[in-house]
Amino acid sequence: MTEMLSYDFMQRALLAAVLVGITAPAVGIYLVQRRQALMGDGMGHVAMTGVGLGFVFRTSPVWMAVLVCVLGAITMELVRSRGNQRGDIALAMLFYGGMACGKLLVSVSAQAGAGSLESYLWGSILTVAPEDLVTIAVLGAVVIAVAVGLRRQLFAICQDEDFARVTGVPVRTLNLLLAVMAAVTVTVAMRVVGLLLVSALMVVPVVAAQQLTRSFAATQAASIALGVVVSLAGVTGSYQLNVPSGPAIVLLAIAVFAVFSVIAGPLARRRHRRGGTEPGPQVCDVRIPGPGRSRNPGQAPEKTSSDTTTPERRAGLAQ
Amino acid sequence: MTDPIPPAVRLRDAVASRGGRPVLRGVDLTVRPGEVVALLGANGSGKSTTVKAVIGSVPLEQGTLELFGTPYGSFRAWHRIGYVPQRTTAASGVPATVREVVSTGRLAQHRLLPFRRRDRAAVDRALDAVGMLDRAGDGVADLSGGQQQRVLIARALVGTPDLLIMDEPMAGVDAASQQVLADTLRSEVGRGASVLLVLHELGPLEPLIDRAVVLRDGCVAHDGPPVPNTGLHALPGHDHVHPHADLTPPRLLA
Repeated sequence: MTEMLSYDFMQRALLAAVLVGITAPAVGIYLVQRRQALMGDGMGHVAMTGVGLGFVFRTSPVWMAVLVCVLGAITMELVRSRGNQRGDIALAMLFYGGMACGKLLVSVSAQAGAGSLESYLWGSILTVAPEDLVTIAVLGAVVIAVAVGLRRQLFAICQDEDFARVTGVPVRTLNLLLAVMAAVTVTVAMRVVGLLLVSALMVVPVVAAQQLTRSFAATQAASIALGVVVSLAGVTGSYQLNVPSGPAIVLLAIAVFAVFSVIAGPLARRRHRRGGTEPGPQVCDVRIPGPGRSRNPGQAPEKTSSDTTTPERRAGLAQ
Repeated sequence: MTDPIPPAVRLRDAVASRGGRPVLRGVDLTVRPGEVVALLGANGSGKSTTVKAVIGSVPLEQGTLELFGTPYGSFRAWHRIGYVPQRTTAASGVPATVREVVSTGRLAQHRLLPFRRRDRAAVDRALDAVGMLDRAGDGVADLSGGQQQRVLIARALVGTPDLLIMDEPMAGVDAASQQVLADTLRSEVGRGASVLLVLHELGPLEPLIDRAVVLRDGCVAHDGPPVPNTGLHALPGHDHVHPHADLTPPRLLA
């Protein structure tokens, strides 16, 4: 362990992992809240065009990816906020176009070898240069300041946009800000987990944490903690076992999700028993309404609705 | 007749469309201070769109909107309005507690400043008013439909609004929650708040309602005192079918 920490490149890798581990879930939680969990994935595809442009113009692929990804994110947000019925098709065009364009640009640029695009697709955290680290730190700090500082406002617009508008919150500005923050996060995390897995780090810690939490604040805190732990563990594991860091981090996060969803049921039951909320009768004593009126109209709808909300909560990933 | 206080809502000749289809074709709607106005009409008549036009989430193609005497474009006093949207669910993709959801109703008051003790006290009061204070720490996704509706009403009340706008607050709500809603509405009216309600039928709220505006195909078909016990059913062309007769609310206020 101490041997690992004595290398400069490992120090940088671990620092980058911590920064991304905080940033990605801090922003990702709002995308999950809005049931746009796969938005980060789309942005990762669009960012490939930026990487390709960086190769062609021989500038920094990271800053080019930031630029293209921000433009893509703003486009996606405008399509979403219009409520366009063909919005999903427009987004599909953007995603596939971005990916195809990126590969094409890389292949026509003379500079790039076969391996260089690969390092952006899957991440190459062990080759993080000192100037990369500065970029990651600056962008990450801005994203975290916005995601945590405007927590109540962003929570409101992702919870209920119409209601947020009536509280006088600048909904459109905040939506665009959130889209830009997500785009920046994708490009920041690109070096650590790669464009193809970037969305996983924004989504999986959040859905893992929410197996055990009931409040948004706790979910955000727990998902950030989880993001840091799996990123550090993933990088350490990839050093020890000589495997790529991105897949190691993501598989670790999914393993945590699996464990949490198994213990979620028993834990919720225990919490229920300890907490004061009356659990209701043990057996069903409500009579099934015959042709007349239900004797107990307060009970029947409660049963059905709790049945329908539980799978919905779990379905964060699928949305 | 001259009103010293401007009406809470003054919508004049509103024209709006959704997805290219005209939905409002010149709707006039006024809610005077302290008045309870019910907006009635069949499905697709433009009730919800009218309300969304009033809160500005559906833009007007023609016509004018004034809130508390201020044109919509320069209206900033959002803390005077409490809005209860048509509920599908109060839950979202991430768990949130009842308190967290209701707290978003205080954003017009504390804005970018931290959430303070008086904000917290207001949230407690609003939750108490709808009988949900003991569930403040519970996740909204674990509540029944009627309880979620109560949470959304508490969220609208938390800023003590002068105008309460509710879109179908009685839809799919169990009897206990309907009673709470009716009581809450009565105390808000007693406090002097104006209320704009979208209802499918007058139902148990009828005694509270001062005026009914009935829409048909995006036009105002009736504007006057509510017709007792009949509501929408008296109008020609009404073809509403009750799919769940056993959940028909009892006459709570009669």
